[in-house]
Amino acid sequence: MTQDTHPTRRRLVQGGLAVGAALAMPAIGRAQGGATGAPIRIGHLTPRTGFLGPLGEYAVAAAQLATEEINAAGGINGRKVELLTEDSVNPQTASSKAERYIERDKVSAIVGEISSASALAIGQVATRGKTVFLNTGANSDALRGQDCKRFMFHVEGANSMYVKAVGRSLVEKGLVKGKRWYSLTADYAFGHDLLKVAKGFMQGQGGTFAADELVPTDATDFSAYLIKIRQAKPDVVISNLAGNQITNFLKQYAEYGLPFPVAGFGFDTALAWGAGAGNFAGTWPCLWHHKVDTPSAKAFVAAFTKKLGKPPENQAWGDYNAVRIVAQAMAETKSTEGPALVSYLEGGAKFDVLKPRQGYFRPRDHQLISEMYAITALPADQVKDKWDLFTSTPALPGPNEDMEVLAPTAEEAGCRMEG
Amino acid sequence: MLFLTLAVEQIVNGLFLGAIYLLIALGLSLIFSLGGIVNLAHGAFYAIGAYLTIVVSPYLGFGGSLVVAPVLVGLLGLLAEKFLFRRFYRSDPILSLLLTFGLAMVAEQAIRMIFGAPPLPYSIPQALRGQIFLGDFVLSRYRLTILAAVVVAVAAVWFLLQRTTFGRIVRAGVQNPDMVAALGISLKPYMAAVVMLSVGLAALAGVMLAPISGVHPAMGAEVLTGAFVVVVIGGLGSFWGVVVAALIVGVVRGLMVLVYPGFAEAAIYALMAVILLVRPRGLFGERILRFE
Repeated sequence: MTQDTHPTRRRLVQGGLAVGAALAMPAIGRAQGGATGAPIRIGHLTPRTGFLGPLGEYAVAAAQLATEEINAAGGINGRKVELLTEDSVNPQTASSKAERYIERDKVSAIVGEISSASALAIGQVATRGKTVFLNTGANSDALRGQDCKRFMFHVEGANSMYVKAVGRSLVEKGLVKGKRWYSLTADYAFGHDLLKVAKGFMQGQGGTFAADELVPTDATDFSAYLIKIRQAKPDVVISNLAGNQITNFLKQYAEYGLPFPVAGFGFDTALAWGAGAGNFAGTWPCLWHHKVDTPSAKAFVAAFTKKLGKPPENQAWGDYNAVRIVAQAMAETKSTEGPALVSYLEGGAKFDVLKPRQGYFRPRDHQLISEMYAITALPADQVKDKWDLFTSTPALPGPNEDMEVLAPTAEEAGCRMEG
Repeated sequence: MLFLTLAVEQIVNGLFLGAIYLLIALGLSLIFSLGGIVNLAHGAFYAIGAYLTIVVSPYLGFGGSLVVAPVLVGLLGLLAEKFLFRRFYRSDPILSLLLTFGLAMVAEQAIRMIFGAPPLPYSIPQALRGQIFLGDFVLSRYRLTILAAVVVAVAAVWFLLQRTTFGRIVRAGVQNPDMVAALGISLKPYMAAVVMLSVGLAALAGVMLAPISGVHPAMGAEVLTGAFVVVVIGGLGSFWGVVVAALIVGVVRGLMVLVYPGFAEAAIYALMAVILLVRPRGLFGERILRFE
């Protein structure tokens, strides 16, 4: 009995987000007691330990917040939502836990994940079990391309969206054409995919790579790389790193005081907060940040901050929206069946994703089309509090541009849906 | 020429990394040699050291943390020894392995519950920031300072183990605990002191890395494997074995990043495998009867 249906004990045993779990319990308790129908179960699955663990905490808290809000507003078609949560750990564990969610817990949808390798594993299980899976944190283009799945949808942006969003900023700053980049890349599925996309972008824009180096995900010391970078004298240092790697890299980059501008193609605000003012440097892409100025974004930031005592970051945005999107799909279709939900999500439905323009899923590859931002670190003396470490571009693409200009093209990521 | 400069630079830089491994590996080696316990929770004490730095330094500064955090973690080690480790010295190593594995998980999860999963910011103190340029070389002022501090700490441990009565009894206990007992000396208080000292050293490494590495709950697991490799390469029971192995591991990793970065982490394990083939007890490992 590693996972019984009594959420109180299971959650305590799992530990993790004590505060969030404690706050979520009353809502779930009610869900089991007073609802008219059986609760609708949504299975949340994301890394909560390991080098992506820091982001998982935001993901779980945000999914719980969305669930509470939905239940407070009467649930879905009169049924309460019950959110199950699990640590996905690695692709093998993610796969078997997804299977358990579908076979034993009879979840109506799976939400979550950050690792591209694990997301692929969950996508395969979900498609076999005809259960929709909303990927909230895995970026690899391959998931939208060669590995695309009928039941897998991507709230998270694709690598090529991140590269193009921050690439625009770099082009404006004159850091691309004729320039030499030195990149450090996380040595796993996400990093490899990101490097491929970044190289494609650079080639199209007339720049070159001075070097591209793979860094193991468990590497914590970057000094040896920094010494090499210093000797190579590149025009820009590019981070294709992930998770805790980014925090380590930023802190040590500041330590060695290298003069080259920094940019990254994959990013999470929590990692900048973890590096702190003065250490956080450069230009980075994100799907959303806590300073986005729309009414729904402000409401989310206020509710999340009230619950957790700190503002939400972009990973929280993904899981919060994914739960709300699933709920909207179930409410509109009056169904919890996978195939019905897939038809609805593919059918061009619009969603408020806390940004100026509404988002929608592109039927071709199931990518959520929504705006992005490029953020730039503020110098330490201009930082007013520990959360506001950066300035942001307005939403990209701009208000008069086509929403899909940043998304992968059919050539970049061609998809033939399985299942 | 450029390659040579880079190589020398990597070697110097690798020494720092080796020094940090050394602080962690020394304690691992001591606890295993004397108590027969493979302490998988050692990384957790290192992580607690880093988190205590964040808690303590607003009041006592970074310098204060360097002293206070290891002492507090040492006391924590005393509790762990008194209530947990003590029961397992004479039992099957698999039991203590399970115990410390569980302890590591409990500690990591406790950190996650108290401080949250995201990394906490902590920077190099103002006075130690900046770089030192020597010709073509760049050295981090912080790392140089820390390297000096490690040398002092390791020298103190050496003195304690090699030149004091305490050290003589500990070393005798490693070689032949039954003989020590026959001479009417109880190893219990010594074991408690050794655990305190060992986890205190790990915490010191945690304090030292907090300014330049992400402070997050799983940070202990990140350093533990490297430290084990150092212990295995160095050989049990030998102080200098651990020192030499730590420096070798740091330098090899630095040089591999230079010539073949994709293999840098794997190189350490390959090195361990080769050394074990040639010298099964490690570089300077002594023949300890009860481990044969």
